[in-house]
Amino acid sequence: MRTLSRPLHRPAYWPKYGRAGQEALAAYLFLTPWLIGLVGLTLGPMLASLWVSFTRYDLISAPRWIGAQNYVDLLADDRYLHSVRVTLSYVLLEVPLRLSFALGLALLLNRGLRGLDLYRAVYYLPSLLGGSVAIAILWRQFFGPDGMVNSVLMNLGWQNPPTWLHDPRFALYTLVLLGVWQFGSPMIIFLAGLRQIPRELYDAAEVDGARAPAQFLNITLPLLSPLILFNLVLQLIGALQAFTPAFIVSGGTGGPVDSTLLYTLYLYEQAFGFLHMGYGTAMAWVLLVVVAGVTAGIFASSRYWVFYMDRSG
Amino acid sequence: MIYPLVWMLGASLKPAAEVVANPGLLPAEPTLDNYRLGWTALRVPFSGFFINSVVLCGLAALGNVSSCSLAAFAFARLRFPLKRVLFGLMLLTIMLPFQATIVPQYILFLKLGWVGSMLPILAPKFLAVDTFFVFLLVQFIRGIPTALDDAAAIDGCGPFRTFRSIILPLLTPALATTAVFTFIWTWNDFFAQLLYLGNSLDTYTVPVALRAFVDSSGFASWGQMLAMCAVSLVPIFALFLAFQRLLLEGISTVGLRG
Repeated sequence: MRTLSRPLHRPAYWPKYGRAGQEALAAYLFLTPWLIGLVGLTLGPMLASLWVSFTRYDLISAPRWIGAQNYVDLLADDRYLHSVRVTLSYVLLEVPLRLSFALGLALLLNRGLRGLDLYRAVYYLPSLLGGSVAIAILWRQFFGPDGMVNSVLMNLGWQNPPTWLHDPRFALYTLVLLGVWQFGSPMIIFLAGLRQIPRELYDAAEVDGARAPAQFLNITLPLLSPLILFNLVLQLIGALQAFTPAFIVSGGTGGPVDSTLLYTLYLYEQAFGFLHMGYGTAMAWVLLVVVAGVTAGIFASSRYWVFYMDRSG
Repeated sequence: MIYPLVWMLGASLKPAAEVVANPGLLPAEPTLDNYRLGWTALRVPFSGFFINSVVLCGLAALGNVSSCSLAAFAFARLRFPLKRVLFGLMLLTIMLPFQATIVPQYILFLKLGWVGSMLPILAPKFLAVDTFFVFLLVQFIRGIPTALDDAAAIDGCGPFRTFRSIILPLLTPALATTAVFTFIWTWNDFFAQLLYLGNSLDTYTVPVALRAFVDSSGFASWGQMLAMCAVSLVPIFALFLAFQRLLLEGISTVGLRG
């Protein structure tokens, strides 16, 4: 008698494709493109880049083994350390803000407003367009010294507004704003998740006398926590790869005064500007290790704050 | 929320001096000059860049649809040794930051002589490197009842026949989602196009051309630049309007079943 608790990846009946060996062969044939890509364009290059990171290589002459010198140089490189700080500031601001707006708007929209489709579309559109060069150029105009924002501010009476993008104090924040403006895609995910929370839970809470904040903390947040985890990891990894806005807005320099020198921008400059391939791959590996560590940490911590409906406790 | 977009449209219709002078939404003297002048501002007219982008994105969408559906079918419907390991690897690569592979990939493509062509960007699409879509399609296939596969097997269909005649047709919405997202994300993918197509004006795609425009012109041509930016967003906007429901549902379900 088959029980109902079978692993999800195996349906109750297996279509019979001849013997298991034939099925395995067919499977590997289906997987061939992906396997070639995995080995040739992902794993292979990753291993190769690990090796390159221990060399000095400029594409013209042969790579020269220099041991861990690249990594040592990174730690002593002020611009590198600065780019790490800039990237951390960017990510630690942008991701929480973006997720907060996403959750907040999702909660609002979930109340069943009329014209929900229109609102969803309007909030989602920036996240489709936002990563483009076009929007980055628009942002560069908006926040330039005589851009739209300053024109409005001066009309309102502010004589000397900051020059935003040309001011090292504020340039990065305009990029954060650009990122937060694109909160639409995590919002859609939260909205879908909110829709799945059974109405009865809220009704029962009302009967027990729980008011809105208590309902939010005890029902909404826990039931949404798997999606919060999903969005958090996704947005974090995405934010760490940010390149286009910083590149366009600063004209490729990471300026003013390196205030928008995101990690990827510096990597681009070193690897493809100066052809310091070894140095660039060392930077890439440091990033990879950090991302892996942070992601693992988040997943490990999720035991304490993520609640799954289909498991007990 | 979409004020910046509307403003951009308005600004593109303003004559050069007015872009700075009038920060309001509507142009005082609307003109289509910016579109006309901006179109030919670089040596190659923007139509050339558009064609490059459309070809690149269209082929990329085709690549992802074919390679990811093949891999997804194997993961969702077939048994084979090492399946768990490979599935786990596939999931891990979704989260891999692109910086980890971009430098060695560039060196590889340089050695192959592919830099300057679309191949470095297209090859990964035809080899299911965008594993996000493999995952999306696996989840979708799992929703298709296996009774259909059984019926096909009883009739003597092998896995290939089943894939082609049963699964693929039922997969159409998810394939459309894959195609549209791939098109849009490739359209905006500046880094790769800068790297591989950024050396010769003839191979420029729209994002690379826009950046060249920004770099080469002074502030006097904001109107033209914004006009070209507006034009460059039209395809994404059109796809969005046409496939809105598909896109929004695609995003929602990946999150829910993720």
